[in-house]
Amino acid sequence: MEWTRHLLVVPILLPLVAGALLLLIDESRHTLKALVSLASTMLLLVTTVVLTRMADSVPVESGIVSLSYAIASWPAPFAIVLVLDRLSALMLALVAVIGLASLVFSLARWHRAGPHFHTLFQFLLMGLAGAFLTGDLFNLFVFFEVTLAASYGLLLHGSGAFRVRSGLHYIAINLAASLLFLIGVSLIYGVAGTLNMADLAIRLHALPAGDRVLLQAGAAILGIAFLVKAGAWPLCFWLPSAYMAAAAPVSAIFVVLTKVGVYVLLRLSLLLFGSQAGELTGFGGTIMLWSGMATVAFATSGVLASQAMGRLAGYSVLVSSGTLLAAVGMGDAAVVSGALFYLVSSTLTTAAFFMLIELVERAREPGADLLAVTREAYGEDSGEDEERDDDEVGVVMPGALAILGVCFGCVALLLAGLPPLSGFIAKFAMLTGMLNLDGLGTPASIPPRTWLLVALVILSGLAALLAMMRSGIGTFWAPLEVVVPRVLVVEIAPVVGLLALCLLLTIKGGAMIGYTQAAALSLHDPSSYIQGVLGPQQAPAVAR
Amino acid sequence: MELTLALAIGVLTGSGVWLVLRPRTYQLVIGLSLLSYAVNLFIFSMGRLRAGTAPVLGADGSGNPADLADPVPQALVLTAIVIGFATTALLLVVLIAARGLTGSDHVDGRESR
Repeated sequence: MEWTRHLLVVPILLPLVAGALLLLIDESRHTLKALVSLASTMLLLVTTVVLTRMADSVPVESGIVSLSYAIASWPAPFAIVLVLDRLSALMLALVAVIGLASLVFSLARWHRAGPHFHTLFQFLLMGLAGAFLTGDLFNLFVFFEVTLAASYGLLLHGSGAFRVRSGLHYIAINLAASLLFLIGVSLIYGVAGTLNMADLAIRLHALPAGDRVLLQAGAAILGIAFLVKAGAWPLCFWLPSAYMAAAAPVSAIFVVLTKVGVYVLLRLSLLLFGSQAGELTGFGGTIMLWSGMATVAFATSGVLASQAMGRLAGYSVLVSSGTLLAAVGMGDAAVVSGALFYLVSSTLTTAAFFMLIELVERAREPGADLLAVTREAYGEDSGEDEERDDDEVGVVMPGALAILGVCFGCVALLLAGLPPLSGFIAKFAMLTGMLNLDGLGTPASIPPRTWLLVALVILSGLAALLAMMRSGIGTFWAPLEVVVPRVLVVEIAPVVGLLALCLLLTIKGGAMIGYTQAAALSLHDPSSYIQGVLGPQQAPAVAR
Repeated sequence: MELTLALAIGVLTGSGVWLVLRPRTYQLVIGLSLLSYAVNLFIFSMGRLRAGTAPVLGADGSGNPADLADPVPQALVLTAIVIGFATTALLLVVLIAARGLTGSDHVDGRESR
């Protein structure tokens, strides 16, 4: 058992070493680079599956659900701590799955569109894995910056005026948000004297009333930084353009980036301001609830207004973020459990959607609609498309249009949350939690804002269905002259794989809900996290 | 000392925010740099202001922690400076690329009328 604890550091070290190694290989040796990158990502996937099983094998009731790995063997509050629990294991697995899918997709063409794609990609995976594993606020900042620095490079991958302009906005906004992050972290350190999340959760109790205001200010500023990353209204206007401008495999992995913001908000709000926090209980919950609802409303109108499919997918990311934020703001274990299921399902769906869009757009007649033309004029045609036909490797997919159509239909069902796919189960689980706040069967009075949220979630599904139908008809049925797109097997396989995972989520829905419920319950019981990090002797201080 | 530092942070932040809201990319990058200086000073001040004290204990572990400077914010500020420097350098490259591709130094790539 002892050596398995060292697996915790593997998701960080593996991409780091692979990324550094890739720097040494010459740019012209595409195949070797692709093989190293692919091997590292596959190993990452295997590791995260093992880690998920490890996290799931710890019983919820026993109190300790976190496995902490103190780097350099310093004792907990001073060490750099890595923490694994069900939530972080789930997020890690999601990163690895989507990472593998987008990497395979990029092997058809994109990985040769610019230098150092594989290195940046591995560093992005490293930053994401670190952000999900760390138990320390400042290391969270460092891993965030690693992720963002890699994402700046990846967003610009393939170049072109449209990408560079969106990249400029993306970088400027994220730099400003990082500064807010630093202000928040240092305020919290100045007041509480610690940056370890578990230690912080304990010290909150002992703070004098005067310092508590400063801590609230620090936490609020920190929260704003994460709301920017998660794309909450009114801090989200950069997101659709940036995601639309990025190359297809890059936007697929970017879908996970917004979930980092949601993850941290979920983790910190329940750990620091959970049921044990006394006067601070529920701090920020109302704001997250309302800003989540505003995000859903804004993104729903965006979904309806989008002409280009890339923009539609960008707004779908926002719908997902907004729904998750509002669910986190409710702060109820059953809602959070449903929200985690929704997080997995919607992340897989939107990632598959971004990759599918590139394939579907090839089926469009040139100049099929005005916006496609304007997009090309903005530089979509700059460089990467001209080089393709001669040096493509791999097998061309037969019956491409039929498969693309089926995938498109599945994505529409998943985004709209219609049965029989996992989007329906996810929304059903969330809505059941919202409408039964006192537990199933007990009649509860439901406040108007919950009704509003329920209505928004359902309406956003309807809007997604309408928008998807409109673009589906425009793409597959309306053109008089159908251009059968050249689709390679390595391009369609990741899309089909991600959608098959959604199908698996539906079939294995019971097991998945069991896992997310256990994750939500342990999140709502911060003492187990604290004991896991700092050791059982801290229990009395927390249990009062 | 407190007043001087607070004023310095305030002036840097104020000018930084004003510059970030300006439409030229060069103003943006200078604004972000000023903001990051302000934030670095702010992190530093969170370890309590103190002049002429060492951040380390004696070799035998002697010394009263209350008489020493807090080393953690100093470590944090170093990390923040390095990261801020690297990302600002990257932003500069993007600015130059945007200037070359769009022919304009407006942040939107075209002049607003």
